[in-house]
Amino acid sequence: MVVCSLLRGSFQRYLALNCYMLACIFVSVGRFRVLFTHGFGSQEYAFFYYYSDVFLTIGLYFTLTSLYAHVFEEMAAEKSIRFGSILLLLGTALFSFAIVMQSGPRIAGRFFVEVSQNLNFVGLILTYVLWAAILKLRETRTRLIQLVLSLGIFFSLLAASFALRNLYPALHSVLQSLYPVTGCILPMTWAYAFWRFPEDARLVPSRLAVVPR
Amino acid sequence: MIAGIILVCSIVFLLQFFVSYCRSLIAASSKQALSPEVRDVTGIAQSATGEDFARVMQLLRLCPESPEDRSRVQAVGAYFRLLNFVRSTLARIMPALRAWTETERSQCAYFAAVALERRIAFSRDMLAQQMDA
Repeated sequence: MVVCSLLRGSFQRYLALNCYMLACIFVSVGRFRVLFTHGFGSQEYAFFYYYSDVFLTIGLYFTLTSLYAHVFEEMAAEKSIRFGSILLLLGTALFSFAIVMQSGPRIAGRFFVEVSQNLNFVGLILTYVLWAAILKLRETRTRLIQLVLSLGIFFSLLAASFALRNLYPALHSVLQSLYPVTGCILPMTWAYAFWRFPEDARLVPSRLAVVPR
Repeated sequence: MIAGIILVCSIVFLLQFFVSYCRSLIAASSKQALSPEVRDVTGIAQSATGEDFARVMQLLRLCPESPEDRSRVQAVGAYFRLLNFVRSTLARIMPALRAWTETERSQCAYFAAVALERRIAFSRDMLAQQMDA
């Protein structure tokens, strides 16, 4: 995806998306190294996996807010968006902490898992709000629309799998095999959006609404 | 309880995002005109219908895949199956939904024909490169 964006000259314009993808690559390499040296069942790998997962989730959350800045760029609302996103992030962290505090020892480990899950759901809601804003403001940039929609698919799949895991713990092994498929969605769809659609490609957004407008 | 609500919300959102994403893929290819050659091969003379989709997909499978369009074709294939499901269940009760699914199915068929056109061009390019080498 980063290569596609570089080749299309969009690296700086979508800097947050590219930085997130680069972070994904570095984290994957790091995870592989820890896995290789300490083994799958080791505490080091478990720590590295969950801490890096929170890091990536927060990264994706800020990537989403950068998409907000793109949609609302004509309103010059970048500062308000940044302030609002930090406030919401702190709120989610506090809410997760309150939940973890009620459920016994080993707070730190469970706190990061809880933050990650809650942020994914917050991300899903925010993506849905952004999609509604795109339809309302009649945003026509094809690439931006595709980036937002694929992010929505990714967040909803993640939130659904977390919810399923909580509801039916027996499904854990089945769901675990779905994570790599989910992980491929963003790099593939974003790479396609950068490669296939130039920045000036336009689309009529009312054609995309599930309920015809 | 909360996990159940989250599950229902995420499935509803997933469906909405998936439908809109597929429609954005279809809309992007709807502006492209089909060549007379592809019209002949697919039998799409004027406008495509939902019934053409299976035939065009069979033709698509005969062409070498280009890495660029593989996932798109799979996504629209899944969307077409979803439309078939809606057509055979909910659309039986709601006539307006039936008309909507028919339009969407025909657009899926047109999308597949455009993908076929691209794959034919891709195959020709590959052949030309091999001839040059």
